[in-house]
Amino acid sequence: MSPFSTLLARDLRLSVREGGGAALALGFFALVASLIPLGIGPDLKLLARVAGGILWVAAVLAALLSLDRLFQGDYEDGSLDIIALSPLPLELGAAAKIAAHWLSTGLPLTLLSPLLGVMFGLPGAAIQTLFLSLLIGTPAVSAVGAIGASLTLSLRRGGLILPILILPLLSPAVIFGAGSVATALDGLSSGALGLLAAFSLAATLLSPFVAAAGLRLHLN
Amino acid sequence: MISSLTAEKLACVRGERRLFEGLSFSLRAGQALAVEGANGAGKTSLLRMVAGFLAPVSGTIRLTDGGKDIGDAEERGKFAGWLGHQDALKGPLTVAEQLLFFARLYKSPLRPAAQGTSPASAGEENIDTALEQVGLTRQRDLPCRYLSAGQRRRLALARLIVSARPLWLLDEPFAALDAAGKGLIARLMIEHCGGGGMVLAATHEPLGLSNQSIRL
Repeated sequence: MSPFSTLLARDLRLSVREGGGAALALGFFALVASLIPLGIGPDLKLLARVAGGILWVAAVLAALLSLDRLFQGDYEDGSLDIIALSPLPLELGAAAKIAAHWLSTGLPLTLLSPLLGVMFGLPGAAIQTLFLSLLIGTPAVSAVGAIGASLTLSLRRGGLILPILILPLLSPAVIFGAGSVATALDGLSSGALGLLAAFSLAATLLSPFVAAAGLRLHLN
Repeated sequence: MISSLTAEKLACVRGERRLFEGLSFSLRAGQALAVEGANGAGKTSLLRMVAGFLAPVSGTIRLTDGGKDIGDAEERGKFAGWLGHQDALKGPLTVAEQLLFFARLYKSPLRPAAQGTSPASAGEENIDTALEQVGLTRQRDLPCRYLSAGQRRRLALARLIVSARPLWLLDEPFAALDAAGKGLIARLMIEHCGGGGMVLAATHEPLGLSNQSIRL
């Protein structure tokens, strides 16, 4: 096993054993998505219209739940020093942790989303677009979140500042993600998915470097 | 294989307070250096400078490999084996899983300090040897959260063994260890130096080997 996959596998194992990973995010996602129809009422047409936006916002918030701990555990118990001295460049270390976070939150949320789409009365084509948009867009949530997590590492209540830092940065993902579902609902095609993919790609490629720089600030 | 570590006129400032300045020392392969000093004198900061985590305000640290300099601070860190205050253990992982993680993470192109003396050349088959050396064989499958402070320290020592780095940076290595554990560290340090490694240890207690020492 390479150092990269070693770190990735450890983080996945920890997220399963410690709880608070996939199960918590999924539960939160499902509950928020079920509460909103209760608030709005049983108008299926209206629900289908708002589904894309609501599910996207719920997915972003659900992924946020575990983001503040992304690096914090390793920082507090000294593992970060050990990882920094390992042959793995810190950029790749951050990338491994981002990948583990996506696999334990973003991916399960994406897999659950068609079910919630049905609940909101979305037609098949729109559900397909919702699924695709989350699959493409959630890596950006983990990646952009990692930047915030690396900066708020040493703050005791960093979890509270983190959303304020990164939610504005994630607005393109929500706009293009929810927008693609809305246009699919109208039976139109749009470039929203392409733009979402571009945003996600840029965020995923750049954020390990930014996050590693943030981590280095906390090593001294 | 690294051959010498030289620090020249190092100065350290933490939180606008000058901890030390004009600190120079040098260490050759096979030597150990104890860094002594009162609490807050800057022992840990010095170790973090050598590891490349912290940049000195002035002065230089050079690590050479047969006369040839080893690049920047981050490059230097790739030769360091770190034993800090914290043991870097995850409660949910078992002792063996934790050590395997370290061994795989440190699977590096760098050569171990010496063949034979550092028994584990960062390979998985050496997990059990390292555990036996530090006396944790019976705890092999126990989650780390159930380990005592001394046992955690021993596991951190096992990490130092499997990571097979030539320059050991030890911060208060004797903390939380019983008499047998202290003897174990002294033995490991002697073996490490005997194999051409270097040890830089911040400590309040005598290291128990023939070493130089500096006082901050």
